[in-house]
Amino acid sequence: MAAPYKLDDDSVIVVIGTGAGGGTLANELAQKGIDVVALEAGGRHLPEDYINDEWASFAQLAWTDMRTTSGSWRVAQDFANLPAWIVKAVGGSTTHWAGASLRIQEHEFKARTTYGEIDGASLMDWPLTLQELEPYYDKAEDKMGVTRTNGIPGLPGNNNFKVMKAGADKLGYTQCHTGNMAINSQPRQDRASCQQIGFCFQGCKMGAKWSTAYTEIPLGESTGHLEVREHAHVQKIEHDDNGKVSGVVYVDKDGNQQLQKARAVCVAGNSLESPRLLLNSASSMFPDGLANSSGQVGKNYMRHMTGSVYAVFDRPVHMARGTTMAGIIQDESGHDTSRGFAGGYEMETLSLGVPFMAAFLNPGAWGREFTAAMDMYTNMAGMWLVGEDMPQESNAVTLSEEKDQYGMPVANVHFDDHPNDIAMRNHAFQQGMAVYDAVGATQTYPTPPYPSTHNLGTNRMSAKASEGVVNSFGQSHDIANLFISDGSQFTTGAAENPTLTIVTLAIRQADYIEKQLTEKAI
Amino acid sequence: MTEHVIRMPVPRMSRRTLLKRSVAVSASMVVGSGFLASSNAVWAMEVKALNPETMATLVQVARDIYPHDRFPDELYASAVKSHDDAAAKDPDYQWMIESGVTVLNNLAKKKGHSSYVGTGWEKDRVSILESMRNSDFFQKVRGGLVVGLYNQPAVWDQLGYEGASFDKGGYINRGFDDINWL
Repeated sequence: MAAPYKLDDDSVIVVIGTGAGGGTLANELAQKGIDVVALEAGGRHLPEDYINDEWASFAQLAWTDMRTTSGSWRVAQDFANLPAWIVKAVGGSTTHWAGASLRIQEHEFKARTTYGEIDGASLMDWPLTLQELEPYYDKAEDKMGVTRTNGIPGLPGNNNFKVMKAGADKLGYTQCHTGNMAINSQPRQDRASCQQIGFCFQGCKMGAKWSTAYTEIPLGESTGHLEVREHAHVQKIEHDDNGKVSGVVYVDKDGNQQLQKARAVCVAGNSLESPRLLLNSASSMFPDGLANSSGQVGKNYMRHMTGSVYAVFDRPVHMARGTTMAGIIQDESGHDTSRGFAGGYEMETLSLGVPFMAAFLNPGAWGREFTAAMDMYTNMAGMWLVGEDMPQESNAVTLSEEKDQYGMPVANVHFDDHPNDIAMRNHAFQQGMAVYDAVGATQTYPTPPYPSTHNLGTNRMSAKASEGVVNSFGQSHDIANLFISDGSQFTTGAAENPTLTIVTLAIRQADYIEKQLTEKAI
Repeated sequence: MTEHVIRMPVPRMSRRTLLKRSVAVSASMVVGSGFLASSNAVWAMEVKALNPETMATLVQVARDIYPHDRFPDELYASAVKSHDDAAAKDPDYQWMIESGVTVLNNLAKKKGHSSYVGTGWEKDRVSILESMRNSDFFQKVRGGLVVGLYNQPAVWDQLGYEGASFDKGGYINRGFDDINWL
């Protein structure tokens, strides 16, 4: 059958969300001739629409529907209704992401084995190894055009990178380069090369950065086997008397409730919305929500250990010119307990414009200490610190008392740092400041975490059905035709930016779904 | 030029008329019926719902919260204009702002100053603000400035933030890697 599909067509696979996971999966299935309806809560924005203005772009792309927060994390105080900085649009957060594409390291897939038991942490090994994923990582890197893979040269380093590199060299770091980026350093697959515009977070106006919005989605649509419904806000997944999922209830662009029948449902709404949807789909057969016999839906929320260091110099840097994430130091990404914590972290250049710097440098701060930093904006360099945070069962997405615009409970996001996260952040701040001090910084600013961009773990993958929500293919342990296709599958967070692994898992999942369909297992 | 502040000549009013119809509230600002202006009449701003003196106080408060000595008053005036707009729509909001400024002035008088804007040293004004930092008034004014002040292109120019470059072909040929002091 060719798209578009009828609401009562129960042969289609419904994919919820069109970001790194959902967008990739929808295309991969469509390429195999499998009929897909993708439901996307946001609208379609393409490079010509992207706005190179931080707040205007935020208004265009960000998911700003109500969410609530609790716990001791500072985001709950400074951005109580904005726990995450993610996107509501076709392409999801691949519109906003910086493009860093790193493979999870072998030992990180075995976090429990490598790190041992850590008090208060719900560590587990993934039911997957790096070796099993390698062929799919290869496919993902080729699809996304990751620099320093497939013969693609690295991007040139901008001023912000050059400052970082000079500091890294002085400190004796040896693994500092312009990154493995899904940003074209030369024209590739009908997309242009990076023109060092900046504003990577606001959607790439050159289309040089890989985003499902203008790669996977139109490729899938061109097969005739993918229909994307925009402004389709999913409320609930329904099931039949046999406990198999049978359809998805959503509010369409005109505000009318619809039911799309389905042979299988793949949930890829990011780690806040995906567990929320499973919990909101509770029924008499599944009173705790779908796929939740383990009680793990929404639990083990991870957001990466993050922080930033901004540094001021006596001469200009102009960090905002060019690629936002323009380079990386990887020397601290291994597991070395002599530093006083388990796991590792990456140091990646980052720049913010004046509007976001004012909002995020030190939320709530005022007075001359704050404006002294802003006054030195042109002489500032910056980096983001991103490392593995400990999964904790008490860090969780639950249903809030608050309701959304359609009457469904919104997600509450509860988070407390684990002592390991705090020890790692302190080390990362110290090393980040040392990088800049080594090249003559006159001031350094250890900047607290922003609203979360890497939301992970809330439908974790496990070998045993009692310990997690999905198996190694993202198929729910409880319901064979219900899949999770986003970063909420992650068993642990690892140190790396998660998008490459989300895409990799989606490619692998598509193969598995095809096999299951052929075998009539689902 | 900013969105809310107009450069002279103010329509239908000459610079001389404007100054004739106004009284000084600080060294740099004058107020008159329905307007706030710089004392040299370089800029003027319509004030609809708040007392013009209140607006002048907000401009000083904004500078004291985020002091950038090279920023002209008009950038701060533009940054706090939204409070007048909100007050015009909501009497409760108007009361919150007016009473907040009254409290500021009373605290200043207790310390022997004529008013908040009449308090000579920034340190003394900041200590008044510190004592109100948990008030709804202070939270609203400071919170509003994060976007109101720093999202102005004129402020970006002042701070050397170059902003959008797509129309200029990016920074690839305009200095993305021109650092020369490392």
